[in-house]
Amino acid sequence: MLCQECRKRPAVVRVTMVVNGQKMEMHMCEECARKKSEIEFLADPSLPLQQLLGGLLSQAEHGQAAQAGTALEEKRCPSCGSTYEQFTQLGRLGCSECYHTFGEELRPMVRRIHGSVIHQGKVPARTGGDLKLKKEITDLRNALQKAVAKEDFEHAARLRDEIKELEKHIAEGAEGGDRPAGQGREGQ
Amino acid sequence: MRPEEATERPSALWVTGSGPHADIVISSRIRLARNLAGIPFPHVLSEEGAEDIVRRVQGAHQALQAEGRLKGYTFVRVDRLPPLDRQVLVEKHLISPQHAQEAKPTALLIDPEQTVSVMVNEEDHLRIQCLLPGLQLEKAWETANAVDDALEEKLDFAFGERLGYLTACPTNVGTGLRASVMLHLPALILTNQAARVGHAVIKLGLAVRGLYGEGTEALGNMFQVSNQVTLGQTEEEIIHDLRSVTEQLVGHETNARKLLMSENRSQIEDRVNRAYGILANARIMTSQEAMQLLSDLRLGVDLDLLRLPRKKTLNELMVVTRPAYLQRLAGGELEPLQRDIRRATMIRGSLRLVDPPPAGDAGGDQKAR
Repeated sequence: MLCQECRKRPAVVRVTMVVNGQKMEMHMCEECARKKSEIEFLADPSLPLQQLLGGLLSQAEHGQAAQAGTALEEKRCPSCGSTYEQFTQLGRLGCSECYHTFGEELRPMVRRIHGSVIHQGKVPARTGGDLKLKKEITDLRNALQKAVAKEDFEHAARLRDEIKELEKHIAEGAEGGDRPAGQGREGQ
Repeated sequence: MRPEEATERPSALWVTGSGPHADIVISSRIRLARNLAGIPFPHVLSEEGAEDIVRRVQGAHQALQAEGRLKGYTFVRVDRLPPLDRQVLVEKHLISPQHAQEAKPTALLIDPEQTVSVMVNEEDHLRIQCLLPGLQLEKAWETANAVDDALEEKLDFAFGERLGYLTACPTNVGTGLRASVMLHLPALILTNQAARVGHAVIKLGLAVRGLYGEGTEALGNMFQVSNQVTLGQTEEEIIHDLRSVTEQLVGHETNARKLLMSENRSQIEDRVNRAYGILANARIMTSQEAMQLLSDLRLGVDLDLLRLPRKKTLNELMVVTRPAYLQRLAGGELEPLQRDIRRATMIRGSLRLVDPPPAGDAGGDQKAR
């Protein structure tokens, strides 16, 4: 029987692998079997990214934690009861409220992962509160500047009215105090 | 669609082999991570907590259907499916391997064309996914975005002004968007350029992985390229970046294919025809060998060296010859050897060569098709 990997050399070893939870058996030559085990090792799925991440940050934040005394280890998320220590082990937070509870600790790590700490993308229509309106106003202001530069004053006037209308909307919302719970409370 | 069809039918839309750059880009995927505000993330949820999430999503689905939206979407309790059926959903790229293995209550919302799937209780409460054939990231984003909008009307998503959508793992925070493309890059491998190109892609801040995502190996020269950064860029920017890198990879692969055809035509013709010969005649075929040979065959079809088979047949074979799907078709679990025999038979059947062609007329009937 020929090696099932290279189909050149005779198969001398039987290799059992688990791929996507499926047991697979392959007959291979010595060389391919060795190569295979190296690859398997490199792409070891049992080494979760989260744990790696946790390790990375527990090291990096160690200095800060020491300065802050033991307070950090004992701080618990009021919503789910998770500690920061648990996060460094699991690489996953307990709930959305954790982003608020551990905001200060998370900030440097989030910056390291993403190179930024400010969301620029989509805002949910219903639970995003007036953030969506604020973004619309920013867009309109940009358009207004362009219109003025092009001396298209008719268009500029229309944009100005739209901006005023949206700003009025936000002001009314703030007076009413009906901003959705949890809005904008995560790490500052 | 009946829930059973999600595991019975091989033809998710991505299998059709259509769409722009379909010779190299097998599929485009958009995934959005969403969580319900104020509820612990799935990994710390109790059994009851997870059940509650499943019920809330089911409720949202029913409410939307009552309004005539998310038409034809089916709700499937993944945790109540037999393990084999769950594995089939993985092989069809409708759920992730992690989701299939979860012991807690899990569910899946799926559209009739099997292009959109919403995983409930994976790493996040909701993972909205859209998978399309070829390079169609923008269209996939539009579709996933619309499903997200619909669900958001009924469910309170965890969102913060500064950090955006809040996710279990901080690597997904912000847009919660993972955009990815599945690429078939045999010529880059054959010309030993894959590692170099791969490193360049990683330097651009993108991730390169094997066929079934994180932690899986590259099977049959298939690679997945996706964005890493989810915060600080808009969805459109992330998608645009991935698309331009993909277009460059398509260019490199196309050049490598041209190079192979001008410098090593005989070797390529030999390789492709050997693959065809083995696939058309072998009686025992492991899934590993099938993936590699099907990759060679696909290259042959792309380079017009072979008339047979159609791309849809190749994509279907990629799904139906995977271990779990094969066993699903067989109606039960099979020993590895039985599987390999069945796989070989099925491939020969697809290539319409179950019976050897009559002498003197070999290949004649292939050209006619």
